Parts: sequence; structure tokens; C-alpha cells
Amino acid sequence: MGILEVKNVGKRFGGLQALSDVNLSVKENSVHAIIGPNGAGKSTLLNCLVGKLIPDTGSVMFDGQSVLGRAPYEINQMGISRVFQTPEIFGDLTVMENMLIPIFAKRDGAFRMHAIEAVSSETGINEQAEKMLEEMNMVDKRHMNAAALSRGDKRRLEIGMCLSQEPRLLLLDEPTAGMARADTNNTIDLLKQISDERDITIAIIEHDMHVVFSLANRITVLAQGTPLVEDDPENIRGNPKVREAYLGESA
Amino acid sequence: MLGLNKKDTTLLLVVMALALFAPFILNPFPEGSSLAQMFNAGYPDLMQRFVIYGILVIGFNILFGLTGYLSFGHAAFLGIGSYSAVWVFKLIGMNVIPAILLSMVMAGIFALLIGYISLRRSGIYFSILTLAFAQMSYNLAYSVLGNPASNYNLTNGETGLQLLLDDPRILGVSSVDGSLPVTSFFGLAMRDSYQLEIGSWLFTFNVGYYLCAIIMLISFYISIRIFRSPFGMMLRAVKSNQQRMNYTGLNTKPYLLAAFVISGIYAGLAGGLLSSMDPLAGAERMHWTASGEIVIMAILGGVGTLIGPILGAGFNEYFKNILSKINDDVLHAWLAFLPDGLENFFVGIMHYFVGKGWHLTLGLLFMLVIIFLPGGLVEGGQRLMKWFSRKDKNATETKTTPAE
Repeated sequence: MGILEVKNVGKRFGGLQALSDVNLSVKENSVHAIIGPNGAGKSTLLNCLVGKLIPDTGSVMFDGQSVLGRAPYEINQMGISRVFQTPEIFGDLTVMENMLIPIFAKRDGAFRMHAIEAVSSETGINEQAEKMLEEMNMVDKRHMNAAALSRGDKRRLEIGMCLSQEPRLLLLDEPTAGMARADTNNTIDLLKQISDERDITIAIIEHDMHVVFSLANRITVLAQGTPLVEDDPENIRGNPKVREAYLGESA
Repeated sequence: MLGLNKKDTTLLLVVMALALFAPFILNPFPEGSSLAQMFNAGYPDLMQRFVIYGILVIGFNILFGLTGYLSFGHAAFLGIGSYSAVWVFKLIGMNVIPAILLSMVMAGIFALLIGYISLRRSGIYFSILTLAFAQMSYNLAYSVLGNPASNYNLTNGETGLQLLLDDPRILGVSSVDGSLPVTSFFGLAMRDSYQLEIGSWLFTFNVGYYLCAIIMLISFYISIRIFRSPFGMMLRAVKSNQQRMNYTGLNTKPYLLAAFVISGIYAGLAGGLLSSMDPLAGAERMHWTASGEIVIMAILGGVGTLIGPILGAGFNEYFKNILSKINDDVLHAWLAFLPDGLENFFVGIMHYFVGKGWHLTLGLLFMLVIIFLPGGLVEGGQRLMKWFSRKDKNATETKTTPAE
């Protein structure tokens, strides 16, 4: 029994069957990659997991509880954090504020009229945010506007914001899309470190095979809205069906 | 001081000084001179409007500036506040405090209802919903609930709600020597003024103005606290990235609704104060153009800044006032040095921009600010400061270079 169980999920947009009969089991503390060619339904599946879309059929269980019909913020409260393809951060706010907001949101203690500094140091939120900034190596950028950060820093900030909520499952949607090689490698190292040091499950949707094979210890291949195969990375590499459907041209 | 950091304390003290010394600041020209007639603004009526519209826009800025939700119907709350206050003067008595309190409560209740429904949508749809509610309120006030012949004449239609000699006023008197009693703060009449003559200058200190100014300072202080609180930070986060906020485990609805209601209460307070200064409320206060004016004042001053709303409201009211005072006679007097033909020519052109045409000039000023200072007057101020500090630096640099 995995921490995330997807059973017989189907989703149709008009004439397009985007997902059909998707079964997926993500084991606790694993790094599970979902790969597939364009239009395979990866993003649709992800949106079904976080409450943006509700599947037509099937069930999605997180830690024994159904996520279907819940708003995204409720699913986040259950312990699922999402990292977007293009970093979604609070660009008009400072890096420190970006770090404070998710912690405040998790504690639900923001309905207060005292100064931010006073409340956050009194409740220990400040300390928590400082620690996360340190871990993400961004202490010297704390007073910068988040919009002024480099692409790689934005990504790290977003991951830090998600981690500061101590989620049990971290969902990443092509976290290295459009990144330079160096930034990509940094992100891979960061994610490796996170998965080694923390009690966390990571599910990652990715296009870049380099990223997938450096990180994942389990891979599901989606093709035309349905899982083709789910296996360990070594077996996926050699699987002729996968080669045909997806890796054929590139690997 | 008062839980504010140093910068905000300074800002509050500056605003406090401006508000308390406004009768001096706004009357720079000696009484009776032609410049005084045109540019002096230190008379009670106008000063009251400065601070009351200041309160209104400060409140509007809590919603629009922090959350980015553009309400196009804020005048509805202004109107509701105005009517509520006049009803208190008609039924209870002439003390302004109960009137102001009721106008805040009524505006708060309406804001809760309208906000609850409107906040189901964001962006332009939210604006349209608030606009629709405001126009509904306007039409209810103008005709449906204002039919003098019906038993439910709440607003007295297009005449406007006014005090009558036979109003009950259970805690006061219906009339004083056959005329209407005046609004007061525990016996201090709002229209009472003390006049100070220094040389040929005349300064007027009006009770009503100082009451409004003190309430404006309190409102301003509360708005600073909101801006600097975790609550305000969450609202700014909603404005900055709604997408991220949705996936951050916080239900933003209560936050947005609270901001909407707070800003509605500010508008109600402003309405109550308008009626307290002049106990008369008309439906035109709720018209959509009035809502538009609030948006314009906020943008003129600088959306999302603390001081912006006060600057925007002051700028708008001041120019509205002086532009509408300039008529053709004044123009002829100004341009008398020109040959007749040219004089008539220029007066003919300028005629459209002043007097009754003041909207045109204010519109042009608004366009100029939007195009060249998207951050409003506050951005203008910041640019000036930067320019001066750079100039200073250059000056010291050029001074020191030859010495080397």
C-alpha cells in the first residue's frame, strides 16, 4: 500500500479521453517519476492529484483519505505540496516574506494585527523560516524582491517554501524545464539531498531523462492517457515497449 | 511608537502635522488678495472634504492596494453611511457619534453581503459584480425606496434625505427657535469655527474639520497596522500570486472578505462624516461615477502605498475646487496683458478646461500621471528624492575631485 494510491482514474475533455484507467501507487519515501511523451496526460494526472481537476472516474487516495472534491488548499493541508513548472512565488514580496507565508498558512495564525516581525518571532515562525533559508542557501538574499532572483534561485525558493510546510508528498511538475545545465544539476543535487535527509515522498513529472534516471527509484511511463508500465529504472531503460513509445528517438 | 517601526512612525507624525496645521498650510496667501480667492483652500468645507475623502480612499486602498481586487462599487457604502447618519439625526439626536457608529455598522453589514457574493469571482468579474451591486443600491435609493408618497420612504428620492422641523429626535430637540438644530459633538457644534487673524492673513479652525482630521489619523494608523501585519502580508500574497496561494494551504476567502468589509466600513465612516458635517444625503453619492472617482483618487496617489490615498484624495479635491472656480472673467483678468484678439483666442480655448469644464483638465492630469508615473504621486515623490540625492552626490563628487 503506497502513500498515494490512484485507482482507475479517467478524465475526458469533450472528445478527448485524456486519462483512462490510470493506476498508480507511490510508495512512501520513494522518488517516483512519471514520464511520457507530449500529450500523454502527465499534467492532467497531476492536476487530478492536487484538486485542480476532478477525475470522471476512479479514486485518488492520499494516506488512506480521498482527495477528490477537496479544494487545492485543503489537499495542501493534508500534506501534499506542489512545485510548478515555472516557479510560482510571490514576486512582489521579499524572499523572507515568501518563506514566512507558507509557515503562517500552515499554522493558520495570520489573522493578527501585530507587526509581522513580532508575531513571527513570538511563534517561532521566524526561526523556522531562517532555518529553511539557510538550508536553501539564500540567507544573503532575504531582503531581495523574489521577482529579482535568478531562475535557479526562484526554483530553490519555491522548493524551500514547499518544504517549510513539512509536506509528506512533494509533487514536482518538470522542475528543470528551461534550465541551464548547471542549474539542472544543482536542482538534481538538491532534490537528492531532500529525499535522503527528509522523511518525504517525491513524485516528479519530467521530460529530461538525465533528471529522471539520476533521481527516480521507481518510474511510471504514461502513453496516450494510460500507464504503459511501472518498474525500476534499470528495467525501464531496457523495456522495448517503452523504447518504442517514448525513448525510441532520444535514447 | 504604538507598535510601529521608525519609518512608519515618522510617516504618521508627518501626516499628523499636515492634518493639524492644515488651516495654515492651505491658506498661504493673505486674505482678500486675488491669489487667495483662487488658490487658498483653508476653509472648513474643503478641508473637511480633504480628510473625509482621505478616509474613504485609505479604506479603498486596504482592499485594492493589498489584495488587488478592484471594487467598482465602493460609493454604495459611502451612500449607505450617509443615509444611516441622517436617519440618526432625524430619529435620535444631533450628536455625531451615534450617527458615525451606525453608518459604520450599516456599511459593514452591506459589505459583508455584497462581498460574500462578489468575492466568488476575481478579476474583472469581481469588479463588474461590485459595480452591479452599487448601481442597484443607487437605483433603490433614487427611486424604489425614495418615493415620498409611500410609507417606506427611506431615502426621499432625488430630493435627498434631509432634516425636517417635525422629526422626532427623541434624545434631542426637533427644532431650536423654529429652525433646525445643528450637528454637534457633545455640545460642540460642527460648524463652529475659531478665526485667527495674523496681519492680513486669516486662518479658520473648524470643529468639524478637527473631528474629521482626528478620525482620519486613527484610520490612517489602523491602515498602517494592517499593512504591516501578517494579515496584510497574506493579502499582499494573494495579490502577488493567487496560484501559489491556492496551493499554500490557506483558505483565502475569509481574508479577502475581511479586507472587503474593513474597506466597506471605512467608506461607511466617510459617508457618516459627510452627513455629520452637512446633514443631507442624496443618491448621487452612490452613482457609479462616484465609485469611479474613488478608484481615480487611489490610482492618482499611488495604489498599495500608505500615503498615496491621502495624496490622491487631496490632489483630486484641491484641483476640482480651484479649476471649477476659474471662470471667463478670471481668465480675462489673467490674460489682460495680451492684445485683445489673442486674449479672446486663449480665453476661448481655456474656457473648455476650467469652470464647468474642470473634468477635462482633471482627466488630462490623470492621464499624465498614469502614463508617466504609473506608481502615482508617490512614485513622483520618490523620483524627485532620488533625483535630488543623485544631484547632491554629483555636487560633492565634483567638489572633491579637484582636491585630489
